Amino acid sequence: MSFFSQLLQYVFTGVAVGAIYGMVALGFNIIYNATGIINLAQGEFVMLGGMVMISLTTGLKVPMILGFFISVGIVTLIGAVIERGAIHPLKNPSVMTLIIITVAASILLKGGAMFIWGKQTYTLPAFSSSTKPISFGEASLNPQTIWILGIMAASMIVLAIFFNFTMTGKAMRACAANKLAASLVGVNVKLMVLLSFALSAAIGAVAGIIITPVALMDYDRGTMLAIKGFATAVLGGLGSNIGAVIAGFIIGLMESLGAGFISSSYKDAIALLVLLFVLFIRPGGIMGTTGEEKFKK
Amino acid sequence: MGKKNLYALAALTGFIVVLPLVIGNPYYLGIFIFWGIYSLITIGLSLLIGYTGQISLGHAAFFGIGAYTSGILSTRFGLSPWIGMIAAIFLAAGLAFVIGAPALKLKGHYLAMATLAFGEIIYIVFNQWISLTGGPSGFGGIPAFSIGNFSLESDFSYYYFVWGIVLFVFLASINLIHSRVGRALRSIHGSEVAARCMGVNTSGYKLKIFVFSGALGGLAGSLYVHFVTFVSPGTFSVMFSIVLLTMVAVGGMTNIWGAITGTAILTILPEYLRAFQDYDILIYGAVLLGIMIFLPEGLVLGVFNIMRKKIILREVEEEKLKLKKSR
Repeated sequence: MSFFSQLLQYVFTGVAVGAIYGMVALGFNIIYNATGIINLAQGEFVMLGGMVMISLTTGLKVPMILGFFISVGIVTLIGAVIERGAIHPLKNPSVMTLIIITVAASILLKGGAMFIWGKQTYTLPAFSSSTKPISFGEASLNPQTIWILGIMAASMIVLAIFFNFTMTGKAMRACAANKLAASLVGVNVKLMVLLSFALSAAIGAVAGIIITPVALMDYDRGTMLAIKGFATAVLGGLGSNIGAVIAGFIIGLMESLGAGFISSSYKDAIALLVLLFVLFIRPGGIMGTTGEEKFKK
Repeated sequence: MGKKNLYALAALTGFIVVLPLVIGNPYYLGIFIFWGIYSLITIGLSLLIGYTGQISLGHAAFFGIGAYTSGILSTRFGLSPWIGMIAAIFLAAGLAFVIGAPALKLKGHYLAMATLAFGEIIYIVFNQWISLTGGPSGFGGIPAFSIGNFSLESDFSYYYFVWGIVLFVFLASINLIHSRVGRALRSIHGSEVAARCMGVNTSGYKLKIFVFSGALGGLAGSLYVHFVTFVSPGTFSVMFSIVLLTMVAVGGMTNIWGAITGTAILTILPEYLRAFQDYDILIYGAVLLGIMIFLPEGLVLGVFNIMRKKIILREVEEEKLKLKKSR
């Protein structure tokens, strides 16, 4: 294989993985914008999305499209239950408490998934009936990658419409800008917090469902996805959705190129090193323009 | 150090000395040794989290660095475990300094994520640097400590050796808390800006405590590896960092005694939950969530406070009844 087609091959892989990181980062952003909380259980939503979809389609033989929406619905509900059960009852929680609570929720979900699905790795059939790779010279593109990019773009458009043109979406943005002011003009802040958890669980579930046909899924995926998604969110500037998508592709490409040309054994460390590097050098990220102090809260 | 602490420490020492004489079962003795080893890490974490208010989700890494350093030096290089132990402490402390200096400038969630990422990176290195660490399967044949010709191979002698170190570290930490340094640490927890305004060198203190807790993790790793004589990366995953955090939370984060009690509860209790086997992760999650929501001051203090509240309420009711009767 020539150098160029090898490069192209890695780019294809990187773009697919990067889209997923971008979506996990979007999930982080939604909750962060509405509440200022970093939900460390974000990766578990991705894992659950994939797992529930697998059970529905291969276990219960539910059609693909129906299964997709039911899985997203179930995980959305789980996100809402977590907010009601673990975040809502707290009165004036400290940041430390919130961190530990979301960590606890994350290992609870992980343990629950292990209880239900065991430790096996599962797979999901590809979305398109023809699984034949599309070839570009010597490099080949998995058709699922096109599904991933398409569904990601569709989710982005739905989100953009929701945040810009619906009353609820605008209320959530008002919450993000200033909670007190939002509540003064009649926004139900507590409800918006609940909604943000549900919405970010839904995004996570979508990401989990579309990545499973290429990356497989097991109960233990969540933590790594959460850290990489967070690395993406920070690189893109926490809270910035466009930043998240761009940073997702950057980290995805770095990872696949690094694995291909440098060393595949340290593939997972690349995103983590990026995270540390960005946190230590420029916590505002590439799209962050606000002063450092705001991002060190 | 107040009188209360002195009496409590004397009681703890007495308890520790008598414990193996009462419970001679070698299996339990092993568990008590683990209790001591883990306590070393949780004492450091309690100082960092509870007193200084800085979180770490990566302390299993320091434990692992200590274990691998001591293990590798005493097998590959044939050095004495004592040299391994000293190297373990210094390497863990050095690493804590290198990572802590930039990381502790971050706050809250960012610090949590930075330490989590650090822990994952170290875990990946343990797994992938196969020529040095033996990769995912690890390596064995690590010798035990010995003093002169006297080997500390028996659980009985090792128990006293480990707990001697733990009690010494614990005493030093209690003294630290009740000194000028301890007050400075708590002022950072209260408000970093206010502490800085009062002339407390906040970043210096935060870093020193982080390095101290990292060094304790390294020491614990060395004690662990020469006890189990085998090392593999699975022990030092991020999950163990969360277990350590759970130990501190269960014991009560705001009190250093919570480190010892929380570690005791979560080291000894799982032995009775053998039926759950792999699902211990589910239990840790539930325990951590329950404690943070319902008993944020920890199990011991939390239950104590609830009992006290109940007793006071009952007394009030009785007083009311008496008043009614006297009318």
